[in-house]
Amino acid sequence: MKSTKAGKPASKSQLLDFYERMLLVREAENKLSSLFADGEVPGFIHLSIGQEAVCVGVTAALEKQDTLASNHRGHGHALSKGVELESFFLEIMGKEEGICGGRGGSMHVADMSVGMLGANGIVGAGIPLAIGSALAHQVRKNDAIAVVFFGDGALAEGVLHESFNLAALWKLPVLFVCENNGWSEFSPANLQFVANVRDLAKAFDIPSQCVDGNEILDVHKAAEELTAAARRGDGPQLLECITHRVRGHFEGDPQKYRTEEEMTSLSEHDPITKFEKLVATKRITKKEMQSVRDKINQKISNAVDAGRGGSDPDFERARTDVYTAGEGL
Amino acid sequence: MAEVRYAKAINMALDEALSEDPSVVLFGEDVAQAGGPFGVTRGLLDKHGELRVRDTPISEATIVGAAVGAAMSGLKPVVEIMFMDFVAISMDALVNQAAKARFMFGGQCTVPMVLRTPHGGGVNAGPQHSQCLEAWFAHIPGLKVVVPSNPSDANKLLKAAIADPDPVIFIENKAMYSLKGEMSETEEDVAIGKARIARSGTDVTIVSYGAAVNTALAAAKTLAQSNIEAEVIDLRSIQPWDEAAVLESLSRTHRLVILHEAVTSFGVGAEIAARMADIGFDELDAPIVRVGAPFMPVPFAKSLESQYLPNTDKVIAAVEQVLA
Ligand SMILES: Cc1ncc(C[n+]2csc(CCOP(=O)(O)OP(=O)(O)O)c2C)c(N)n1
Ligand SMILES: [Mg+2]
Repeated sequence: MKSTKAGKPASKSQLLDFYERMLLVREAENKLSSLFADGEVPGFIHLSIGQEAVCVGVTAALEKQDTLASNHRGHGHALSKGVELESFFLEIMGKEEGICGGRGGSMHVADMSVGMLGANGIVGAGIPLAIGSALAHQVRKNDAIAVVFFGDGALAEGVLHESFNLAALWKLPVLFVCENNGWSEFSPANLQFVANVRDLAKAFDIPSQCVDGNEILDVHKAAEELTAAARRGDGPQLLECITHRVRGHFEGDPQKYRTEEEMTSLSEHDPITKFEKLVATKRITKKEMQSVRDKINQKISNAVDAGRGGSDPDFERARTDVYTAGEGL
Repeated sequence: MAEVRYAKAINMALDEALSEDPSVVLFGEDVAQAGGPFGVTRGLLDKHGELRVRDTPISEATIVGAAVGAAMSGLKPVVEIMFMDFVAISMDALVNQAAKARFMFGGQCTVPMVLRTPHGGGVNAGPQHSQCLEAWFAHIPGLKVVVPSNPSDANKLLKAAIADPDPVIFIENKAMYSLKGEMSETEEDVAIGKARIARSGTDVTIVSYGAAVNTALAAAKTLAQSNIEAEVIDLRSIQPWDEAAVLESLSRTHRLVILHEAVTSFGVGAEIAARMADIGFDELDAPIVRVGAPFMPVPFAKSLESQYLPNTDKVIAAVEQVLA
């Protein structure tokens, strides 16, 4: 999708597009939640419900050749970068036809054809990957940029500090996106990190913006400005998005560590409800909104059917696919 | 045929790769302006330019992590970690990212990167600048591990490593950088995973890799004076390793000694011995003997380090043991 230029008010078709993309992430994750509860999704999954404005607002400012590195809470990053929905469900349900052949699952969804370099099970690990990807864009002079999403928890990882420095030294075309949801697993951010990510960026001369991560228009505007700067050779940029993790750290997390007050206030921040209120004042009708919802629900229902119809991965095929040349080099 | 030092042979391979393939890039600490801590990358910045030959800050985790991301995005990065001991800081990028990306993404991408790093003692560099850690990497599905023993192989194997679509740990030996050797000009196939017979013999097989091959050859020379003809197999790479070549040699000599500089316990030799005890059981006329370092950190003092390192005497004693 082509994005509007920074500063211009979003067009009606763009607003509908934002709505559709956010709903896609939301409803896909709602579905994953119930599939998980029913035992149809193995392992464990981290949902980004409540954070959809961040991934959609940022990726809407990207081009297809741009690359994206993600983290453990990466469903939204993957879907909004363009990973195909059926192969996404097939993967997370552990099927051969999944985008990664059922070898990765929720924490490793990747799709090189759309520049999605992978979710990542190691906190912070996507950051240096994005540095390398940005280096590739710089060396190949292909006008692309790299984007990396990480949580507030990753701020305490050493590679973040190394990567800020290296990106600034080499003026790499990279956008760092910190999804600050105030929690690292079961620990509040204030017990994890004494500094602030924008101060940190400033120390490395990296320009930054901080936005309400639940307001998609704000996220998108900032992302447009920062990606444009990175693309024109101004070096690394940082976007901090203040947001809220509505679900537990993982599905099934009883969340005893959160206060009732926090839990009940979460709905006030919901980016999709906020957006629905906002567009109600624009020229978008209830009927148009409903037809987007119907379309998404249909898509997801088809994807779940596809996921259920997938087959168990073949063990021999997996075992012999560790190296490019296969077994017995 | 020209004689070339080990460091120069590596430099020539890097130069050739940078000249032939615009997707090859080189980065690491002091590799550009300074030409490398051991002079291996001298002249490459001037010739190939600062876009592709770069100095990095002292950030081993990010150097290697960036190599993985670059390799997934169309480059063929060759990165240097100054001493093998420092790869401890880069382990996530190697073990969780480089090694697993191809597999866990269902073969959607390869990770065509090379990590060059020197291991080995013998220069009194002390416990944190001398260790041989190759067994760590040989244990990781998805990584390849190459350990050349001479300048000519270092040149050819490095070119093979750069051309390889999978991540390769290319292990040099700092005590060998000034070693001179003939550059073989034959088109002999020097491939990762293919061993070579460094010396033919009939009485015992000594399997080794890296600088230790030269210790094995020296021991074989001495043994020949007492009419013991040792065959020396240079593995060239330990992951994958040429099991067939070792078995073939064993089936002629019926006796096996395995030599490496790394500590013996849980080492590469343990894997080779276990495989040969299995597939080569009927060929063995004596128990397999391993020669390596004792289970301790590499000590600093000359007197300590010289006792720590495997040497020709220890190899000769092992050969005598399997022949007894
Ligand atoms: C290197 C590493 N350490 C610890 C973990 C366990 N872990 C997974 S997610 C997480 C919290 C991350 O918090 P944050 O980065 O803020 O992301 P959020 O979960 O809030 O989206 C932790 C500690 C891990 N996966 N990797
Ligand atoms: Mg968090």
